[in-house]
Amino acid sequence: MELHDAWFALIAVLWIGYFFLEGFDFGIGILTKLLARGEAERRVLINTVGPVWDGNEVWLLTAGGATFAAFPVWYATLFSGFYLPLLAILVCLIVRVVAFEYRGKRDDAQWKRNWEHALFWTSLLPAFLWGVAFANIVHGVKIDAEGEYAGTVLDLLNPYALFGGLVTLTLFTFHGAVFAALKTRGDIRDRARTLAGRSGLATAGLALVFLLWTQGSGGNVRSLVALVLTVVALLGALAANQRAREGWAFALSGVTVAGAVAMLFLALYPDVMPSSLNTAWSLTVSNASSSTYTLTVMTWVAAIMTPVVLLYQGWTYWVFRKRIGVEHIPAA
Amino acid sequence: MELALAQETVARWQFGITTVYHFLFVPLTISLAFLVAGLQTAWVRTGKDKYFKATRFWGKLFLINVAMGVATGIVQEFQFGMNWSAYSKFVGDVFGAPLAMEALLAFFFESTFIGLWIFGWDKLPRKIHLACIWLVAIGTFLSAYFILAANSWMQHPVGYEVNEVTGRAELNDIAAVLFQKTTLVVVFHTLTATFLTGGAFMIGIAAYQLRRASKATKPDTPGRIAAMRTSLRLGLVTVVIAGLGTAVSGDALAKVMYEQQPMKMAAAEALWETEESAPFSLFAYGDVDEGRNTVEVEIPGVLSYLAKGDFTSAVPGINTVEALERAKYGDLADDYKPSIPTAYWSFRWMIGFGMVSFAIGLAGLWLTRRKRWLTADKRRGEDEIPLLMLTPNRELGPTLNTWAWRLAVLTMGFPLVANSFGWIFTEMGRQPWSVYGLMTTADAVSPSVSVAEQITSLSVFTALYAVLAVVEVRLLVKYAKAGPVDELPPPEVPSLRGPAADEDTDRPMTFAY
Ligand code: HDD
Ligand code: HEM
Ligand code: HEM
Repeated sequence: MELHDAWFALIAVLWIGYFFLEGFDFGIGILTKLLARGEAERRVLINTVGPVWDGNEVWLLTAGGATFAAFPVWYATLFSGFYLPLLAILVCLIVRVVAFEYRGKRDDAQWKRNWEHALFWTSLLPAFLWGVAFANIVHGVKIDAEGEYAGTVLDLLNPYALFGGLVTLTLFTFHGAVFAALKTRGDIRDRARTLAGRSGLATAGLALVFLLWTQGSGGNVRSLVALVLTVVALLGALAANQRAREGWAFALSGVTVAGAVAMLFLALYPDVMPSSLNTAWSLTVSNASSSTYTLTVMTWVAAIMTPVVLLYQGWTYWVFRKRIGVEHIPAA
Repeated sequence: MELALAQETVARWQFGITTVYHFLFVPLTISLAFLVAGLQTAWVRTGKDKYFKATRFWGKLFLINVAMGVATGIVQEFQFGMNWSAYSKFVGDVFGAPLAMEALLAFFFESTFIGLWIFGWDKLPRKIHLACIWLVAIGTFLSAYFILAANSWMQHPVGYEVNEVTGRAELNDIAAVLFQKTTLVVVFHTLTATFLTGGAFMIGIAAYQLRRASKATKPDTPGRIAAMRTSLRLGLVTVVIAGLGTAVSGDALAKVMYEQQPMKMAAAEALWETEESAPFSLFAYGDVDEGRNTVEVEIPGVLSYLAKGDFTSAVPGINTVEALERAKYGDLADDYKPSIPTAYWSFRWMIGFGMVSFAIGLAGLWLTRRKRWLTADKRRGEDEIPLLMLTPNRELGPTLNTWAWRLAVLTMGFPLVANSFGWIFTEMGRQPWSVYGLMTTADAVSPSVSVAEQITSLSVFTALYAVLAVVEVRLLVKYAKAGPVDELPPPEVPSLRGPAADEDTDRPMTFAY
């Protein structure tokens, strides 16, 4: 295995980390409308991710930065090619940061309602669009001989990709509902469990079709293993949720997210962005990567820093391990 | 050609707007992180209420500002790939490394510990909670360091080699990129400018609060005035030290730039022909096509000093450097001159606006020295409303006094303007290069992105940023006007496990969204 293969794996890990973590806070954003009844419950939900959403988002920045450093050509083609969808995602992420931080800063019902709408839509849209983007990457897009994207934005909105978007949307909603059941208490906890059951079933149906479709169109043995793991974890999560074993349910919904992302990356490898025009024009781990020197430097940095980051982020979750209920919310 | 030109223009506008906007929040984030950490340290060590109030007050303004810093930073991370894909491919090997390090070392630090700091007031032991804000501050420093190393590499590329086969620049010495002289001096200059900004922000708001308190008819609640008095002094001291530092480091930076990018500095001075004992220009109006100035006001010899450290050395002029660069690079670019008026005026406005704040800080420090700003009978209590800007016997006089206050409030905005012009000077002064001597800006844009797409994103970001600016400024004003809140410090949490009996009580969370 060469260094660029390891970096392909590391970038997969960063995306897994991102979707695992931001997945449930996207879900929480969506649930503020689907689940919460009244101001106090909405605050309970938002506060379950309050201390951590910012750190979760940094996984995306790191995935972006690591792709830039390790696979500059991939970074350049991907983000210039997926220009408009990425623009939409960026706008959502910007507004979302501000919505989290500013919603509670004024005692004004209209102000709060506006930011709640914003939080809902800016969680829902990226949850959908990331699925579209990744489905397109795996599926292959029109990349020309110069390694530039030659399609249009409409090419990105093909049925397979849209289906991928639906899968991530339902999956993150499910993951968020399981997280909400794990982190809250009282009435809202029970309703979160019910919602998790329903959204989990929807996810299971959609995900199965999508993953089989992926496997059929470009899978290999390793991706098949990941597929099986994903489906088993998802069924396990549903069963645990049914029995109110929320810790297990969350761990397993996390494995589901991880498994699904891993499957996509395994189906992708050794390409990083296959060309649908001519396979010779595909970007691969070797023709899109940085020099060995850069990869070596970055390997040292990543080897030292990643465990440290995991340690202190883990500690944050431990500090805020208690469940939150409406009785914890101070009167405004 | 038409199209390429339009593409370059739109991409530059977008980068300029989004980056300058990002850098309105960045300096406040960096400096306030350290200042708040300092105030909280004072509180933890002395237990004095005024420090607690000040920590909470500036902490709140800090957080409102951070939200915007984070939100606008996200775009920065991705727009290299979106609008500058040719650039990203060419330099990613070198330039991506510091960017990835920034995310891995700095952003995780900031974002994780800021969450702990916001929500940890009543969950963490005091010292650990204090450590969180210090870690946030260190994170902001690291973040600035890495991104400035990346930017310095564009100003002065080192530690790389261009691979003949792939045509891409490849890193061969990471230490050279991270620790080259350009990086070190730029970091020094940017950080001092940052503290100048944060200090002035404190002066402005504290002065506003104190001025209002001095006019109020009923006495204020205890502790609020003391907190603002401390803040005012802290702001003044910060501004004076940082102002000196900015000038010293700016001088050092100018010398580096004369060596590395003589064109930029010649443009900054509108110095057309090489001159010995070159003068520093105070005002110039010229004709760019003819390559000369028609009106000039200057101080003899000072420019030579700025460039070389003595008053007689020759400083190369624009026409000289242009000829040199054309000989060296041929017709890679149509024109090796940046926009001379932009470079000239942005350089002056950077210095001018920044140094006005420094001067105001110096005057304020003098006027408030040794509590002379309080009348004799009021020198003891912490909560007396200071008759600010009054020396013990000689008053400034009502008009002067009013203006002194107004100026103190106004000074808040000056360093922000200075910072923006500093960047406009740095970046536009480097034109036509994107990476100096290696890649022109025209060659850096994304070939596959259409002008329509670019115009869409430029308009969307500009509109969104305009709306957010209004929202954020209103919030800041609201909280700044309200002043420190009367509240009790959170109870001491004895150990990391949290108060044992408290594990399941229904005590409301004190600090939540
Ligand atoms: C409060 C802000 C402020 C103030 C008062 C000054 N500067 Fe500055 N300056 C900046 C804020 C700034 C900045 C925004 O932070 C820049 C942009 C890039 C950088 O590194 O710092 C900058 C850049 C910058 C550059 C260009 C460096 C490059 O191209 O990389 C030079 C030569 C100077 N400065 C010199 C000075 C001098 C001689 C000053 C005299 C006192 C001065 N600056 C005051
Ligand atoms: C936060 C501080 C910064 C500010 C305020 C700033 C400002 C600007 C401005 C005003 C432009 C437009 C120049 C023009 O139109 O002629 C520009 C261009 C650019 N800057 Fe910076 N910049 C900053 C930091 C950086 C950093 C850190 C990088 C790299 C990491 C960078 C890379 C670029 C690039 C790629 C362009 C476009 C190409 C060009 O026009 O030169 N800038 N920047
Ligand atoms: C064009 C180049 C730049 C890029 C790609 C960039 C990227 C980013 C990103 C992605 C964030 C958000 C981090 C988060 O979520 O926590 C951010 C925030 C920040 N940036 Fe920039 N930035 C740029 C320019 C600069 C410059 C020139 C400086 C300082 C000199 C700077 C200093 C900071 C700081 C201190 C923060 C902290 C904001 C916070 O987390 O509160 N940035 N930047």
